[in-house]
Amino acid sequence: MAKTMKKVDAVIVGFGWTGAIMAKELTEAGLNVVALERGPMRDTYPDGSYPQTIDELTYNIRKKLFMDVSRETVTVRNTTADGALPMRQLAAFLPGTGVGGAGLHWSGVHFRVDPVELRLRSHYEERYGKKFIPEGMTIQDFGVSYEELEPHFDFAEKVFGTSGTAWSIKGKVVGEGKGGNPFAADRSDDFPLEAQKNSVSGTLFGKAAEAVGYHPYNMPSANTSGPYTNPYGCQMGPCNFCGFCSGYACYMYSKASPNVNVLPALRQEPKFELRANAHVLKVNLASDGKRATGVTYVDAQGQEVVQPAELVILGAFQFNNVRLLLLSGIGKPYDPVSGKGTVGKNFAYQNLATIKAFFGKDQHHTNPFIGAGGNGVAIDDFNGDNFDHGPAGFVGGSPMWVNQAGTKPISGLAVPPGTPAWGSAWKAAAADYYTHHLSMDMHGAHQSYRDNYLDLDPNYKDAFGMPLLRMTFDWKENDIKMSRFMVDKMRKIAEAMNPKAIGVYAKDFGSHFDLSSYQTTHLNGGAIMGTDPSTSAINRYLQSWDVPNVFVLGASAFPQGLGYNPTGLVAALAYWSAKAIREQYLKHPGALVQA
Amino acid sequence: MKRLIATLVLVALAAFAVVLAVALWPTHTRAVAAGDTASPAVVEAGRYAARAGDCIACHTAPGGQPFAGGLPMQTPVGTVYSTNITPDREHGIGAYTLDDFDRAVRHGIAKDDHSLYPAMPYPNYARVTDADLRALYAYFMHGVQPVAEANKPVDIPWPMSMRWPLALWRKLFGPAVVGPDAAAPPAGATAQEAVVARGAYLVEGLGHCGACHSPRGLGMQEKGLAGTDAAFLAGGAPLEGWVAKNLRGDARDGLGGWSEAELVQFLKTGRTDRTAAFGGMTEVVQHSLQYLGDDDLAAIAHYLKSLPPVDSQQAPFQPDTQAAQALWKGDDSARGAGLYVDSCAACHRTDGKGYTRFFPALAGNTVVQAADPTSLISIVLNGNTLPGLHAAPSPITMPPFGWRLSDQQVADVVTFIRGSWGNQAAPVSAAEVARLRRDDNRATTGTDLGPGFGGAAAKAEASPH
Repeated sequence: MAKTMKKVDAVIVGFGWTGAIMAKELTEAGLNVVALERGPMRDTYPDGSYPQTIDELTYNIRKKLFMDVSRETVTVRNTTADGALPMRQLAAFLPGTGVGGAGLHWSGVHFRVDPVELRLRSHYEERYGKKFIPEGMTIQDFGVSYEELEPHFDFAEKVFGTSGTAWSIKGKVVGEGKGGNPFAADRSDDFPLEAQKNSVSGTLFGKAAEAVGYHPYNMPSANTSGPYTNPYGCQMGPCNFCGFCSGYACYMYSKASPNVNVLPALRQEPKFELRANAHVLKVNLASDGKRATGVTYVDAQGQEVVQPAELVILGAFQFNNVRLLLLSGIGKPYDPVSGKGTVGKNFAYQNLATIKAFFGKDQHHTNPFIGAGGNGVAIDDFNGDNFDHGPAGFVGGSPMWVNQAGTKPISGLAVPPGTPAWGSAWKAAAADYYTHHLSMDMHGAHQSYRDNYLDLDPNYKDAFGMPLLRMTFDWKENDIKMSRFMVDKMRKIAEAMNPKAIGVYAKDFGSHFDLSSYQTTHLNGGAIMGTDPSTSAINRYLQSWDVPNVFVLGASAFPQGLGYNPTGLVAALAYWSAKAIREQYLKHPGALVQA
Repeated sequence: MKRLIATLVLVALAAFAVVLAVALWPTHTRAVAAGDTASPAVVEAGRYAARAGDCIACHTAPGGQPFAGGLPMQTPVGTVYSTNITPDREHGIGAYTLDDFDRAVRHGIAKDDHSLYPAMPYPNYARVTDADLRALYAYFMHGVQPVAEANKPVDIPWPMSMRWPLALWRKLFGPAVVGPDAAAPPAGATAQEAVVARGAYLVEGLGHCGACHSPRGLGMQEKGLAGTDAAFLAGGAPLEGWVAKNLRGDARDGLGGWSEAELVQFLKTGRTDRTAAFGGMTEVVQHSLQYLGDDDLAAIAHYLKSLPPVDSQQAPFQPDTQAAQALWKGDDSARGAGLYVDSCAACHRTDGKGYTRFFPALAGNTVVQAADPTSLISIVLNGNTLPGLHAAPSPITMPPFGWRLSDQQVADVVTFIRGSWGNQAAPVSAAEVARLRRDDNRATTGTDLGPGFGGAAAKAEASPH
């Protein structure tokens, strides 16, 4: 028999960035808020305690901060013709668990969005014609514009303590020759902190990119360039480039996280309660299926608990949001055959490739043991639609960068192509090149396709007896074309550095998605936002079309993947949704957009 | 010979009888004028006074109900436990009259006439005004939830557990309760003098700052209870691993180099641009000072800055770049320098200046330069958390290093810190570190992992009244 808790105004599922932001906004609006986090309590201390946190074996190798796949995971297959099998080891992507979620272990790259990508289909149809978009590519517009989101990007940067160099503020160019990005959209205000210092590798990339004719800029980083106090009064320490960002809790309080940047303020708020080790099983619906009455979760003792609430906010990781919708019967599940239904539709990823440049011992000391997760030098010359895609013949763009995030001892011994994989030759190369190499990435946008989607697995269940989510996903011709195009451009930058050797790590035709090595945790879609209930699961305010007292935050709302890292847009959309709830929904609860 | 012995025995017995009579002779206390002890405004005034008096800090056990007592406190003779001061009639003070309450708070006498251990700072509270006393009474009767939790007996072996000598102590060291309004500035006082008077009242009275910050005499009595006493707030003895620092105007280890604005910021937020609260003071800012109004904080700061130094010859801190320059050149040959670089410099920096409002500066730090290194050793061994406060919500934790550094290493790094960048404090030996590491006399209220949710303070805040 489930225990039933006292009803609250809002229950939030998941306490990562979106949960924390929404909890802050809703308590400010006077609501009583309970946040349920499936994982344990985590904070800078003790989880980020120095020096214990500087432990690659515990954190990156044994994956301390990530989802426990022995209790719940996903099943994966490439096509509907394949059988899906459970992912039993984490590698390709690393969803977080515990207070802070992925926001505790992310690296800190904090972009906004290329405005074109918010209206991707319209833009491509306008510039290149409808036929340019390949058959089966299901890209859509977000239904919200950059101008509408700009104040929220701005505020999120102030909350995160983001370091960067503005290009233009209110139409006035301020960042020329200083590391600003000429392709960046206009801003209403500067970054709260100046850009971090650049590593040797970043500086080399910038010089080479410039020599080839591109426009290098300082990456916006939610790793601080100095101590900072955000609008909530939460304090950050200064980043010291220790190189332990992604996968770790930052011991310097200098990487933005829900734990450092929002939770301290919520702790002072009596209207807020955070329950860790509270694993939500489903959203409960009224008998007509049109209203959520709360959620059911399992607490640390294994007890089922019902938490009634007026408002349900899903702020779990991308695929967990989708799974909760499916398990709760909210919205119509997507069917890849008919293309009908919306929940699970447009599951997209990130299209990555890497080039490593290896220098002679007398050339450059790149000191790869230092680094900061959000720090680096990038170019946007091939991001968004900043170049003519017509002759290139594919959809999507990619920033390219050197983002030296700290190359750690177990995972980080890069050697030039052709080096034996073991033995004395490998040892010699590892010793020769460790401090004389750099790594650059193309961080390509990834598009959505009719048959890349999510649904409930018919066979496999989690530790609570609930069906696992099934991923059906593979790379498409458009992805490979883009990857080859971008690698070709990036190789020219590498060559301009005059290295002794270049290693290229990219997909080619015939490459299939596989889970065996880390790519990125930037998973998108499945509960996408839009303007039409027949093609999107949530409206432009991230409100469920079907159950209007449910809001679904996070990158599950993206109709396709971005060129940039998603966290900046995830945060801005959370503030955008919160504004709609505060200013419209609370006054007139119900659908904010009439279908 | 036998006569002599008999005489001596008789004299001793007579003396003992006299002493016992003095101890047992009832103490008469002035009746407190009755007044409003029930209206919401007075209850609220009492809540404020209870915060200024930091009653919750001692009268709440870790994880316990607010004001239900049970916090263990170490004394030289054993452990005493704070008592239940909720309005529960059986276990708390629900049956206390206003005068009973007055006798406990300002005179150190419980309702059954036994004398309180002076862990209860009644010698300081003796200065509390009748108005605040009535308000406190109103708050504890009507603003606090009754909790039916029995008081714990003391953990002190006989004969030290006998209570009657406490009456002697009280009669020797407990000051007379001042008139009904001890906070009133002298007639014809200027505005400045009125501020000093208010500050003095808060510091000497409700705030009972001297309980930790004043040195104690042979009888464990505070050496001075008011600013007019030269030893008042001149720095306390080590307590629970921490030394409450000198709050007088001394240039190097007192408040001589602090501005009033900095002090207000410190009291309100537990942190300033260059330093942060630690040890027992974190609980004082968390449970007490952060709730005080800006006027009162300014009065406290103004009053503290009016106290002359113990040693007017003490030279102010003079920065010296030698240690930092050696480290910049890669020279870590100085004692403890290498350890400092490995374990401390990321936050406190090689120049010892720390980072503004986040990681305290060690260069010129008045605690670092105190003659007694106890606090510095303790913080290296055990770490410390500056709790999140309303006006500065971020908890900031220095992690412990005791599990990783040997006594010798701690001594070396502490010596480096005490002697670098212009700091001038004596080296520390491994034996001093060993003594503190062994010392289990470090009971705290259990908040050293930072404030949790639903802790005692939060409950007190949320409790209906």
